[in-house]
Amino acid sequence: MVKTKVFVAKVEELLPRIGHSVVAGDTKIAVFRLSDGRIKALENVSPFRQGPLAEGIVSGEYIYDPLYDWKISLLDGQVQEPDHGSVATFETVVENEEVYVLV
Amino acid sequence: MTREKLLLIGNGMAGVRTIEEILERDANRFDITIIGEENYTNYNRIMLSNVLQNKNTIEEIITNPQSWYEEQHIELVHHDPAAELDAAAKIVRTESGKEISFDKCIIATGSRSFILPIEGSNLEGVMGFRTIDDTLKMLEIAKSYRKAAVIGGGLLGLEAAKGLVDQGMDVTVIHLEKWLMETQLNEMAGGLLKADLEKQGLKFLMEKKTARILGDTRVTGLEFSDGTQLEADMVVMTVGIRPETTLARQAELTVNRGIVVNDWMETSVKDIFAVGECAEHNKTVYGLVAPLFEQGKVLADMLTGQAAAPYSGSTTYTSLKVSGCDLFSAGEIKEQEGVKSIEAYDGLANSYKKLFIKDNQVVGIVLYGDTSEENRYFKMLKQKQDISEFTSISLLSAAGGCCGGAAAAGDVTQWTDDETVCGCNGVTKGTILKAIREKDLTSVAEVTKVTKAGGSCGKCKGMIGDLLTYVLGDKVASAPTGICGCTDLSRDEIVLQIHEKGLTSSQEVYEQLAFRNKEGCPKCRPAINFYLNVAFPKDHEDEPESRFVNERLHANIQNNGTFSVIPRMRGGQTTPQQLMKIAQVAEKYEVPLVKVTGSQRIGLYGVKKEDLPDVWEELDMTSASAYAKGVRSVKTCVGAAFCRFGTQDSMGLGIKLEERFEFIDTPHKFKMGVSACPRSCVETGVKDFGVIGVENGFQIYIGGNGGTEVQEGKLLTTVETEQEVIDICGAFIQYYRETGTYAERTAPWLNRMGFDHVKEILLDLQQRAELNKRLDEAVAGKRRNPWEKVVEDKQIQKELYEVVRG
Repeated sequence: MVKTKVFVAKVEELLPRIGHSVVAGDTKIAVFRLSDGRIKALENVSPFRQGPLAEGIVSGEYIYDPLYDWKISLLDGQVQEPDHGSVATFETVVENEEVYVLV
Repeated sequence: MTREKLLLIGNGMAGVRTIEEILERDANRFDITIIGEENYTNYNRIMLSNVLQNKNTIEEIITNPQSWYEEQHIELVHHDPAAELDAAAKIVRTESGKEISFDKCIIATGSRSFILPIEGSNLEGVMGFRTIDDTLKMLEIAKSYRKAAVIGGGLLGLEAAKGLVDQGMDVTVIHLEKWLMETQLNEMAGGLLKADLEKQGLKFLMEKKTARILGDTRVTGLEFSDGTQLEADMVVMTVGIRPETTLARQAELTVNRGIVVNDWMETSVKDIFAVGECAEHNKTVYGLVAPLFEQGKVLADMLTGQAAAPYSGSTTYTSLKVSGCDLFSAGEIKEQEGVKSIEAYDGLANSYKKLFIKDNQVVGIVLYGDTSEENRYFKMLKQKQDISEFTSISLLSAAGGCCGGAAAAGDVTQWTDDETVCGCNGVTKGTILKAIREKDLTSVAEVTKVTKAGGSCGKCKGMIGDLLTYVLGDKVASAPTGICGCTDLSRDEIVLQIHEKGLTSSQEVYEQLAFRNKEGCPKCRPAINFYLNVAFPKDHEDEPESRFVNERLHANIQNNGTFSVIPRMRGGQTTPQQLMKIAQVAEKYEVPLVKVTGSQRIGLYGVKKEDLPDVWEELDMTSASAYAKGVRSVKTCVGAAFCRFGTQDSMGLGIKLEERFEFIDTPHKFKMGVSACPRSCVETGVKDFGVIGVENGFQIYIGGNGGTEVQEGKLLTTVETEQEVIDICGAFIQYYRETGTYAERTAPWLNRMGFDHVKEILLDLQQRAELNKRLDEAVAGKRRNPWEKVVEDKQIQKELYEVVRG
């Protein structure tokens, strides 16, 4: 399946450790810039009660769901102990200082 | 059996510690009376410079509150110094004429600041730095005067000078010698210290001798022996201390510089003992705290009939309590016959070490900048360790670095049980281990509580932590001491370190305090951001990425990811125009729920994130902060304007309180209510700050909570004017900000701090004014409706509220 490249924002508009929301068709995506500069994207839906993730607190390579504090890896979408589950991840690319997510 | 009467003259650190040691050994042996000159119970005098440097409050340095004396059945003769000691009749007469007889008497009268006997030394504004009253006087003068001169660049003088700089004064230190702290430092280290202090705003006049103090009634300046002058509105003399021996001399005890004692702390007269700074042992008078405590232990053993080891003098060391100027000095630091030295200076790190060596033993230590090796060297010095196995380089390089052999010296777990871990309080490794094992202690704070180790300067806390890990293994990490799983440090320890190390960003806190999780978690990130905002309101830039979403987006997140919008209606008052506007906007944005809130406001619920800026722009209203850990709305009743029972204008006062305090961050939400009569229609009793209007004024209730744990507010006081209500409220908010744990409501906070303590502070006019002043300074320029900025700034809208549709 061919993926669509969706423009998110310019790199400088993605504040470190503050999530950005994207909606592509029916898919909700949260895009994060880590403090080391890496850009990661997850489905913007927590596995627990389906709240958003983009508004959570980012620490290192993890996002904490803002509503129920679930800790989720930004690298592979795995929910961390003591909770279980996973969230879909999306590939991101940066071209000419512009951030895209592949959906 | 009648108990022996034990009288302590001097209610200070050395004497009271001796009493504590006695009570620990045998609590029922004596009927104890303590005579004190000052109007305070025993306090930690060495922390006075921290009070001056805004690192501690007076309350925090009181080590034995009134209740301690009561619990221990000690009669405290307060604020009434001993005037006459009749050694033969065994009676002491106080200044007020009270006569107290004794079987055994301990003199612990300490010492006084030495005031130079020069012209003008009795002028107003000339003082020593020794007591709480001195400190309060300095704080008072600093409010209305600008120029301060500190005579004497020793330990105390530099700490005082730094404190006065922190109070906003222009401070010059006048020093007689060529370099600062000349008895503890050599010229090199003294020079580095001076340069660092200059960077912190201190000025110095070196090799200057003060000839006289100028002024008619109040000091106006100093004149030096070379004829030059310096303007000054205050002069603090820190040129030394003199043992207070008046009483002992009058009673014809043998007195030299101090009251002469033998190895058992006995004076020349039977049944009279002396400890502390007033005592002279083996021709030495000590002015540091550790030896005084060692003396206290010997005397306690003696008086309770325990087998005691004689006091054989103390090895002392010095460190300075000024952030950014770490130094350590101990032993003989002069090069002389038979004493050789090795030294190292690292210009990049601005650190300097010099060790003095005699007969293959370290006899003196000077460290500046990096003092991490102080325990290792001090141990070598105290134990007279043979250092011939070391090369100069391995001695100077850090333990555990390239030369592993030296690592053991710095590792407390390898020490023997009789070695001292806490130098200030003379607590050995064995005592700490025993306490950990026997009393099941799991945190540094508990060890401090039980053994006193770590309770004074706090430098040994790391070693106490090592000992806990050594005994408990993993259990120590799981002990609930830290504010979250990222650290074992408590709120107080973190806040203290933020001040002491001058940490101004979260990143610095996480790095310097060695958090396990380098970017924290949702528990500590907002907390640290808050503590930094309170500590450095001007220098710390608020970190939105560390705010919980509600405060980052200025809207309360709902369970489906939408938000609420609640405009301000001060005092719960609205207008037809405002209601119409809210109705129009709610219709236009198809707001799913419009509801009257618990605090008399109207809330729009279910607003999408990307619509928030537009909704606020169209409303053109101020936010009610209904999402904030901060001052919330004030709930009011109709009051005297319409209600037949109303005694006061509750709406008017509510609006004033809201105007005065809105948009101020607090550890948790802060709710207020004003009722105009005791029927209390606004449920004042469950507000953080509640007011009830009565015929003659306003009753003020604090610490009420109607939430998870219902707690009734406590009646603080009744005042006559609205202005007093507002002033007390401001002081309450600021004290809660300064001492509250993040996410702690005022009800548990008040339980933790003690209602009586908070009451005392809020009802003290001076403290109330100071708290309000600090509040004003902290929030100056920050109390703005956050939506004003968001609505104007397209970039913020894009960065925080945008939802990209692709």
